[in-house]
Amino acid sequence: MAEAETSQIRDHRPLSPHLQIYKPMLTMMMSIAHRITGAVLYFAMLLMVWWLIAAAAGPNPYARVQWFMGSWIGRLMLFGCTWALMHHLLGGIRHLIWDIGYGFGPSEREWLTRATLIGALVVTVLLWAFGYFVMGLA
Amino acid sequence: MSAPLRDTRTPLGRVRGLGSARSGTMHFWHQRLTSVAGLGLTVAFIVIVMSVMGRNHAAVVQILGSPVVVLLLLLFVFNTTYHMWLGMQVIIEDYVHHELSKLALLMLNTFFSIVVGLACSYALLKLSFGV
Repeated sequence: MAEAETSQIRDHRPLSPHLQIYKPMLTMMMSIAHRITGAVLYFAMLLMVWWLIAAAAGPNPYARVQWFMGSWIGRLMLFGCTWALMHHLLGGIRHLIWDIGYGFGPSEREWLTRATLIGALVVTVLLWAFGYFVMGLA
Repeated sequence: MSAPLRDTRTPLGRVRGLGSARSGTMHFWHQRLTSVAGLGLTVAFIVIVMSVMGRNHAAVVQILGSPVVVLLLLLFVFNTTYHMWLGMQVIIEDYVHHELSKLALLMLNTFFSIVVGLACSYALLKLSFGV
């Protein structure tokens, strides 16, 4: 009997509809972007490994890292990583606010989402502007 | 037996009471814990990166090897590798439905996270102790 009951329940268990069922909304796109930026940063940690190992290994390996990071492709990658990190960080704050039960109102959730989207872009550009300023002083 | 299907759990699932994740809330909680810790540590990380940008190797070694910087970066590395290990696990569990591929990727995820964490930590300790 338990066997029959189990299979019957399995047959009737609801399936979660997949993404393409829903009309695209900003909050949903940002949730997906949160995942994608997280996955990108996961692999970006390899750059961190390279950087630290090279610094520990000596001047020549470190010069190679500096050459790569200074090249246009290196800068593009680092700029992308900076944006991904800021997007994931600000998106993370938004999710933490939602986790403790705030910011779920129709207008609140929209402006929170917009704020993190725009905030990440602004902070990224500011960080790079500041970075170039600091490099100019050094 | 055709009880109304309000409860969609299997009898075994009902007895275990653990939900679809097959475990308690520790995974969820640790994800949040490391995300809160990551806020401050990321700020520290950015400040440290800014302070070494464009400098030569000797200056970088001196900055990265100082105790406070090493401590902050070690905390950042531990926190980040644990956080990314948890996060990638969720992504794999959500999108990979072939059982064997899922197991293989979950293992790879663990290996990758440990190697990244250990490699960064080793480099930082070497910079710090200067051997």
